[in-house]
Amino acid sequence: MAIVETRNLTKVFKEGQLGAVNDVNLKSNEGEFLVFLGPSGSGKTTLLRMIAGLEQPTSGEIWIGGVLANALSPRERRIAMVFQSYALYPHLSVYNNIAFPLKAQGLRKSEHRKKVEWAASLLGIEHLVERKPRELSGGERQRVALARAIVREPTLFLLDEPLSNLDAKLRASAREELEQFHRRIGTTTIYVTHDQVEAMAMGDRILVLNQGGVRQIGTPKEVYDEPTDTFVATFLGSPPMNLLENDNLIVGFRPEHLLPAELVSSGIPFPLRVINKEYLGAEWIVYGSLTGRFEGKEVVSRLGSAASYEVGATYDFAVREPDLKFFDGNTEKRTQAKAMAWQ
Amino acid sequence: MRGPVSMRKVAASVAHWTVVVVFSVLLAFPFYWMLITMFKRTGDLYNLQNNPFIFNQKPTLDHLRLLFNDTLYLRWMWNTALVGAIVVAITLALALPAAYALARLTGRWGQRLGIGIFLTYLVPPTLLFIPLSRVVSLLGLQDSIWSLVVVYPSFTVPFSTWLLMGFFKSIPRELEDAAMVDGLTRFGAFVKLVIPVSLSGILTVVIFSFTLVTQEFVYALTFISSEAHQMLGVGVPIFLVRGDVYYWGSLMAACLIASVPTAFLYNLFLDRFISGFTVGAVK
Amino acid sequence: MSRGTLEKRAGLRPKQEAGPSGVVGTKRWLASAMFLPAILYIFALIGLPFLLACIYSLSDIKVGSVGYHFIGLANFRSVLESPSFRRSLGNSFIFTISSQILVLVGSTILSLALKERFRGRGFVRFLMLLPWVAPISLGAIGWKWILDSLYSVINWVLLAMHLVRPFDTPMWLGEPRLAMMSVILVHTWRLLPFSTVILLAGLTAIPKDIPEAAAVDGAGFWRTLFQITIPMMLPIVNVAILFGIIFTFTDMTVVYILTRGGPYDSTQVLPSLAFFSGILGGDLAEGAAISMFLVPLLVIVAWAMLRSAHRAEVT
Repeated sequence: MAIVETRNLTKVFKEGQLGAVNDVNLKSNEGEFLVFLGPSGSGKTTLLRMIAGLEQPTSGEIWIGGVLANALSPRERRIAMVFQSYALYPHLSVYNNIAFPLKAQGLRKSEHRKKVEWAASLLGIEHLVERKPRELSGGERQRVALARAIVREPTLFLLDEPLSNLDAKLRASAREELEQFHRRIGTTTIYVTHDQVEAMAMGDRILVLNQGGVRQIGTPKEVYDEPTDTFVATFLGSPPMNLLENDNLIVGFRPEHLLPAELVSSGIPFPLRVINKEYLGAEWIVYGSLTGRFEGKEVVSRLGSAASYEVGATYDFAVREPDLKFFDGNTEKRTQAKAMAWQ
Repeated sequence: MRGPVSMRKVAASVAHWTVVVVFSVLLAFPFYWMLITMFKRTGDLYNLQNNPFIFNQKPTLDHLRLLFNDTLYLRWMWNTALVGAIVVAITLALALPAAYALARLTGRWGQRLGIGIFLTYLVPPTLLFIPLSRVVSLLGLQDSIWSLVVVYPSFTVPFSTWLLMGFFKSIPRELEDAAMVDGLTRFGAFVKLVIPVSLSGILTVVIFSFTLVTQEFVYALTFISSEAHQMLGVGVPIFLVRGDVYYWGSLMAACLIASVPTAFLYNLFLDRFISGFTVGAVK
Repeated sequence: MSRGTLEKRAGLRPKQEAGPSGVVGTKRWLASAMFLPAILYIFALIGLPFLLACIYSLSDIKVGSVGYHFIGLANFRSVLESPSFRRSLGNSFIFTISSQILVLVGSTILSLALKERFRGRGFVRFLMLLPWVAPISLGAIGWKWILDSLYSVINWVLLAMHLVRPFDTPMWLGEPRLAMMSVILVHTWRLLPFSTVILLAGLTAIPKDIPEAAAVDGAGFWRTLFQITIPMMLPIVNVAILFGIIFTFTDMTVVYILTRGGPYDSTQVLPSLAFFSGILGGDLAEGAAISMFLVPLLVIVAWAMLRSAHRAEVT
């Protein structure tokens, strides 16, 4: 039984306008880390809030734990949520923050202690239980929010961009902690983010959303290597996939697949003139302008070394045929590879 | 709350509207009553058998006529407006530079002085009116509106300085720094940049200072004795009474006319007032 | 722009404070010039009179007096022995505490009801503000008419509902207990808007996701209200209460207009007693002594405000 499932879920805020969430169908797998990925305004947070019970859907169904949940309040859905700002109760100590859901459940005070201690030790914050939220660092606050969420042993975890308030440096270690946490707990988790690196690193499956609609659901490998449309193809991957238009067809290839011709066996040639190159330490980014068939179109390449390439000079680059992805020029959806003349 | 969502929502809505209606009625009733009273004929008003909620006789403008023709109501209005205008001017002249200096230029001392100024607002007229009455008579200002013009800024200035400090603090320093790099002096930046930008804040202070003036009672009652020199707030309850007879119809008309315009203005500027007040007080 | 150009620019216009050192020099002088007038004014009109009040209270000065005789604490002793004074002191506390409690409960309920937008909210806000915005004396006079011993509309309604007998209608301003209740009522009526407005500000300052987190955590309406919302509003509630206390304790207008302190001093409060004694009675020294009793309360409130402001700063 899927822990969470939505059927034709739609949310319209203003009548007559496109919904924030349009006709979304999804089904979670047991214990998975499912990521809702999309740019701002894509509806990912609205979708999450409907699952949490904080927004009422305009139409469609939400099933949680095998039960139709549309009419259930958040408390009745047995879910836990971590908000972007963590929403810690500022006037309560860490201990009382974590104990609050237990109090709300009606658990007696004598029984709180054990559970709070368990949750706190799980996240390594036992030494912080007497402090107030304002005395904690960003990372510590995240841990308190997680402890408060886990203490009720929910069937579903919802996380709304919890890393976006942290410094870039802190984000990587906080991300790793979240991954470890999920591995230990094993609860089905839905994670909302606009950061595709986070999605790729953490997700078992990624649900890519744009303008309220689901563009693709798949494992990181599936959405990265076999995108279903140009939106998914360009949203994942940095720098984004190169796209070239040709009649009614769009050809795409990733920067790491656009390599010097001598490194590519039986590749499709893409000669280019170098416009600019950036040295990022671990790799180079080369910006080029194509010559020949796609004259003037600008493309990006990722290389291990490019010191020898000179700006303004033309070089032979190529892409292996299987690395080319084709999209229909009108619908922007993925289509079969077509035979093309390449010169 | 148990029960389906829809029932919960209905119950909450009913509770909400009950609260809103009950409180609105309780708070606004006296003004509604003023409105009815001022148009009721005297015979109707003082007839105990009549239902007071309806007009048992035709409404009349007699009370209004009496108010405007036979009393010094208009004179009191004029006095109040005049005192108000001058006091507002004095307040702005004192509070604007003070608030700016305290907000920008004196660092931690600025905080302390600001709080100090604010605390002086807590010193009540009912403590100072006795020594001040003597000072006023020593200055020969007794029974003159000028006594009020001199004394009123003592409570409008602290309050206004406090409000303006909050407003000025919310203007980014970079604005003035940019102006000064462009060649303005600090004072020039104040006059040519900060003041125009804070116009709505200044307007708020003007309105609230004026309101404070119109509401004042103790000093006006203490310093002014003759009817012709009195202010609205004291003239109406004291001089619209002849002997032991209260001219309720005219009295109520006087109250309503004096209260409603200020209410309109207050309402418009309330949000600014709150942000200035709470930012200052809680910080 | 290179350093040299900047310095050149500064050098070409020596009178402008384009460079940092110039600004610092001007700063101190300018700052003082700008806030000194206000500070001096306040000192002259608040500080000095306050000192004078202290000095008068230790003398036997009257309205017509010429010189000054120091008589020590004699005024205070005689005042403390006067039953009028004791009654006034008690009343001041009773009125203040009672009205503040009523205001607190009322404004909490009302601010919760006004928090969300609804149709007509602007109009309701306008109505709700009227008691606070209207001049105190005029609102009080309005109530005097409503509470009039003969023509009170409240009595008419009570009579119509047969809750009281004719010729036995409550004398709202004439009977001591009822008069006290009336004074408390008018104070509450006047302060409710002010308190509500401040509490509303505190309510809207609570981030939206906190009550949502509470809902997800399983808290219902009442638990969220009492364990999350109200505790988070406490600093602001503090501010509202402290101001309310000052406004009520030091106010003489309501009592003066409604009852003149009667019947038989049953609604007399410290400020009104000071007025009757000092101004109408001409005994400036005694009036000053009576009003000096306001000071301890003011000091306590000021201290409480500073402490809560300091605590809020730490957040």
